[in-house]
Amino acid sequence: MSGALSTAHSVVAPSGRVKLLAGTIVVLYALVAIVPLLWIGLTSIKTPPDSISYPPKVVPFLHFEPSIEGYCNLFNTRSRQTADYLASLPPANSACEEITRSRSMVVVGPSNYVPRFVNSLIIAFGSTLLSVGLGTCAAYAFSRFKVPLKDDLLFFILSTRMMPPIAVAIPIFLMYRELGLSDTRLGMILLYTSVNVSLAVWLLKGFIDEIPREYEEAAMIDGYTRLQAFRKVVLPQATTGIVATAIFCLIFAWNEYAFAVLLTSGTAQTAPPFIPIIIGEGGQDWPAVAAGTTLFLIPILVFTVLLRKHLLRGITFGAVRK
Amino acid sequence: MAEIRVDNLVKRFGAFMAVRDTSFTVENGDFFCLLGPSGCGKTTTLRMVAGLELPSSGSIQLDGEDVTFKRARERDIAMVFQLFALYPHMNVRKNISFPLVSMGVPRDETRRRVEEAARVLRIEHLLDKSISGLSGGDRQRVALGRAIVREPKAFMMDEPLGALDAEFRHLMCGELRALHDRLKATTVYVTHDQLEAMSMADKIAVMNDGVIEQLGSPQEIYDRPNSMFVGDFIGSPAMNFIHFDGAAIAGSTSVSIDAACVTLPELRESHAPGPLALGVRPEQIVIGDPGRQGSALPGEIFGTEYLGTTQIVTVATPRGKLKARLPAHLPVAAGDRVSLSFRPERLSLFDAATGKAIRSALHEASTTRRTHG
Ligand SMILES: Nc1ncnc2c1ncn2[C@@H]1O[C@H](COP(=O)(O)OP(=O)(O)OP(=O)(O)O)[C@@H](O)[C@H]1O
Ligand SMILES: [Mg+2]
Repeated sequence: MSGALSTAHSVVAPSGRVKLLAGTIVVLYALVAIVPLLWIGLTSIKTPPDSISYPPKVVPFLHFEPSIEGYCNLFNTRSRQTADYLASLPPANSACEEITRSRSMVVVGPSNYVPRFVNSLIIAFGSTLLSVGLGTCAAYAFSRFKVPLKDDLLFFILSTRMMPPIAVAIPIFLMYRELGLSDTRLGMILLYTSVNVSLAVWLLKGFIDEIPREYEEAAMIDGYTRLQAFRKVVLPQATTGIVATAIFCLIFAWNEYAFAVLLTSGTAQTAPPFIPIIIGEGGQDWPAVAAGTTLFLIPILVFTVLLRKHLLRGITFGAVRK
Repeated sequence: MAEIRVDNLVKRFGAFMAVRDTSFTVENGDFFCLLGPSGCGKTTTLRMVAGLELPSSGSIQLDGEDVTFKRARERDIAMVFQLFALYPHMNVRKNISFPLVSMGVPRDETRRRVEEAARVLRIEHLLDKSISGLSGGDRQRVALGRAIVREPKAFMMDEPLGALDAEFRHLMCGELRALHDRLKATTVYVTHDQLEAMSMADKIAVMNDGVIEQLGSPQEIYDRPNSMFVGDFIGSPAMNFIHFDGAAIAGSTSVSIDAACVTLPELRESHAPGPLALGVRPEQIVIGDPGRQGSALPGEIFGTEYLGTTQIVTVATPRGKLKARLPAHLPVAAGDRVSLSFRPERLSLFDAATGKAIRSALHEASTTRRTHG
């Protein structure tokens, strides 16, 4: 059918010129968006002097020799030693050790990057799971049942997003201190969940509204309880919406900075407040910061790429249902 | 299989009464049609019987057992929805076996029963296909498969052919009726299409505005409408109504309209002088030369609609336009002056103020005859 149509002049398909224009805009935007990322990636493989040299060194191998020093510094803590002491050491047993010694230092142990990264994973995925779980149940109830004051409740839920969350930072800070939630993973999970759950309810309600009630009714006539019908019929059909919502929630929780700075300092600290304060000799260790950032991007990239099929369909918000 | 008994069912949505005081009984093995215009409460009634909606008052009995407040899943009823409600994330086989899974039927029996249902509906070749690729007709059959695989007490169908195109609908009508004859399953079928109802049903309940106006076999409904609404709603073209002022006297066999004297079945009920309406089916009109003796009304041909074996002729008369169904070969042309008379056997008389039929010998005729269909 499309073959027959495409030969004729079509009024719905975009013309060649429109396509070209759209393509150009998309490519330009992609370039603008990708340059900072590229720069961070490049910085992560420079040595500290290369990273702050002027004019900037851009092309690896041509302008500068790539180095894993940034990554070494990210994962290790070092301490400066005297030349005598360094000379007395046995030969270095790893590349990192060697680079470190060339800067008159020794590796004294692992840095906090890995535990901070793990904190980020636990807190972001934990709060995403909780937000989407709560959001799905609430959205289903709002979509299907007579809830007293439904519209007011929905508006109230939305209104929690109307002020910047940081506006309530002080009360939350005090509250968390009293409750012993400061600097705990549970505290951060609850905090991010409370921010994300309103988004989740609203997004998912839209998706669930789109699923005809007849599906559950058919299942309930066919001998299933409402809960079973929800699990076997509604959930599979809401997958797209759930995935899209989960990605939005995850991105927020993963990148959140302000509360993380305010409420975590040690055991529950996430990666975002940790990365920028990696200090090297005489100031910021830019390659290490860039290396931390680069690695930090990976989980969300993987998650999004794995689920992109659902995401693309999800972001159109059920506009093309079949 | 089972008998369904509905007594004084009422459903209110807030202040709005969607179903008012409806009672009917569907006998075991009957194909029962709820027929009525859009918004008259057919779906609401069906949903209450199926257990998807709780009645505001009244009772529902299934096989002698009161199920009014039972959950849908405890009623052992199968339902086919207008848009079929097939689960898009499951293939055809999974869809059909879905009700069996909830019943805990063993694997190989499930398989056997799904294949049996597919064989009956001739969709065996589709079993492993996904739903999204199916045509409307095939979806319809899969939905039926999901209903029959359970061998439930009764079937509910809410305009199951509504989503199909006209030609296919006709075919499916035949198939549905054949399936019913084979399974002998009590079926409640909702439609707003009178042709569908007439061609399939054993019994039809004509609903209007939340009440059942008339309940009977297709022929009873067609020949002996209880009200002007039923006469108007059933039949295509609809019944003609000739409005006149007059009186009805029990025992008389005629009424006079203008100068004419129209013979009709002997009246059993008197009616004080007032507005009346004579109900005439298009095929009861006979056309003759103008000025013919014993004719009822003079008229002028207004237009004709050729249908092959018959033609629908619109005649303008002093009492309004009437539609007559005449043999196709009869030479008539717009502008011809004619006289109209009516075949007396099945004329109905209505009280035009209330719309109710005035009882006559017609209403006492045998109810078992079924000649058309
Ligand atoms: N949940 C509801 N809340 C409020 N009003 C409703 C509800 N369901 C149905 N109604 C109203 O009840 C009336 C009857 O509805 P119903 O769906 O039974 O009609 P129907 O005869 O099936 O019509 P159709 O041929 O259009 O399907 C309609 O006026 C409808 O607007
Ligand atoms: Mg309906």
